[in-house]
Amino acid sequence: MRKPSFTTVMLILGLVFLYLPMLILVFYSFNASRLVTVWAGFSGRWYIELLRDQQILDAVWTSLRIAFFSASMAVCLGTLAAFVMVRFGRFRGKTALASMITAPLVMPEVITGLSLLLLFVHMAELIGWPGDRGMVTIWIAHTTFCSAYVAVVVSSRLREVDLSLEEAAMDLGAPPVKTFFQITLPVIAPALAAGWLLAFTLSLDDLVIASFVSGPGATTLPMVVFSSVRLGVSPKINALATLIILAVSLATFLAWYLMRRSEAKRRQAMQLAMQEA
Amino acid sequence: MSALTSQRLRRWLKPRRGWVIAVPLLWLTLFFLLPFGIVLKISLSEAAIAIPPYSAMVDFGAETLSLVVTFGNYLFLMSDSLYVSAYWGSLKIAFVSTLACLLIGYPMAYAMARAPAHWQLVLLLLVMLPSWTSFLIRVYAWMGILSNNGLINNTLLWLGLIDSPIRMMNTNFAVILGIVYAYLPFMVLPLYANLTRLDGSLLEAASDLGSRSINTFLRVTLPLSKGGIIAGSMLVFIPAVGEYVIPELLGGPDTLMIGKVLWEEFFNNRDWPVASSLAMVMLALLLIPIALFHRYQSRELKE
Repeated sequence: MRKPSFTTVMLILGLVFLYLPMLILVFYSFNASRLVTVWAGFSGRWYIELLRDQQILDAVWTSLRIAFFSASMAVCLGTLAAFVMVRFGRFRGKTALASMITAPLVMPEVITGLSLLLLFVHMAELIGWPGDRGMVTIWIAHTTFCSAYVAVVVSSRLREVDLSLEEAAMDLGAPPVKTFFQITLPVIAPALAAGWLLAFTLSLDDLVIASFVSGPGATTLPMVVFSSVRLGVSPKINALATLIILAVSLATFLAWYLMRRSEAKRRQAMQLAMQEA
Repeated sequence: MSALTSQRLRRWLKPRRGWVIAVPLLWLTLFFLLPFGIVLKISLSEAAIAIPPYSAMVDFGAETLSLVVTFGNYLFLMSDSLYVSAYWGSLKIAFVSTLACLLIGYPMAYAMARAPAHWQLVLLLLVMLPSWTSFLIRVYAWMGILSNNGLINNTLLWLGLIDSPIRMMNTNFAVILGIVYAYLPFMVLPLYANLTRLDGSLLEAASDLGSRSINTFLRVTLPLSKGGIIAGSMLVFIPAVGEYVIPELLGGPDTLMIGKVLWEEFFNNRDWPVASSLAMVMLALLLIPIALFHRYQSRELKE
């Protein structure tokens, strides 16, 4: 056997570093003891306590709704922004739009959160809206930073897509809007799905921005987790972590399976075409 | 584009083009750009015991228009050593964490780019998966590992290697470890994207010409992956400077980071003007890194 190279060893160590702490969380979520660091036998009691915790369940429902609407709006806005950036050539404000797409990717969350809160306070003074901060203000905040991520994902796909399909449709007399919906959209659909899922997880995960722009009415899951974690390690949070890791792993596995299948299909079709030729 | 198509597209777009551009541009201007102007405005006003807690800058009282602008908040930041050392501490911690991410992430990305094609997607998903779970919970995982009665200390005590627990929680070390752990995928992703595009024939040519592998790496691979290094480093460095959650959960009383100070000024002291000026100074410090990131990001996208 060949000696593994330095970079391969680093890759394996890096993956162990990434996964070991999460596996430890999963392991201790089945611990019977309240003391998280002492093993006292296998038990599922923390999962039962988690499912009985009404505050956490309410927060999950709030977070899921915000994430769903934020991701959906972010896909619309982000796709539009990507389409404008890639297909519209030069226009006034293009540099500004490009900067406003890349800056939110790195902007520290405390700055984004503070600035949006101050905007909402000013708007309430000037036009009387938003009267209460809560789900709607979080939705606006999440849509804004998520649409930047969607725009990056979709625009890289739009650049790969062959323009000739769109041209052919329009040469044959299809109106541009119809071309967009019947040709462009199906071709970039995988990127839209990826962008939506990314936006959904980003929105579900956000603590800092939501803490700034939320009001007393809307408490998201990260806020509940944070206030509990601040007090120390809690086995109920371990159980929650395990469920989140499980859900994300299943979704990722499904995505991988679908991608592999479509790749295999494409290869098969190409082989068939080669044989016929 | 054929003449007919582009003519039709142009004719169709002409009256509508503006509207299509306007939607994302207006949304981002209103909810991303404009808020910075408001932060600037509040940072120049005085704190007041009111709702909202700052004094109005423009006053129409007594039939005269008075405009009150104060630089007091900025002078206050400069005079108090707490804020200066918090900025310095943030920059130092973010720099060390970014360097550590690069040293771990580069070999990982390199191995991924060199892996057989059918392995690459699996490896990419494996590296990215943790970042899709929960940031908060991944930071929390380290609390159980590093604390005085945590996994590492308990194991070492049990093995008899130490007599009393080593203090790892609530230190700058824990904060740096947390940042490296949380941000590593964001370093690997752009590096991998860059290294897969690297032309293999260049490396072959170099080795054919007798260049040793380390030499090839330093002279060919490293310079060609500059874009990925800068994009990845900025994706780690910039958010790390303003990080709040990691220093709050893993840091101690001696961990001074500006994101945490800003949060406390805002939520605990309710001093909105000082919090705003803290944000403006942070933004000014990060302007060059953000511009650098923007330049390389748009270059990557154009390729």
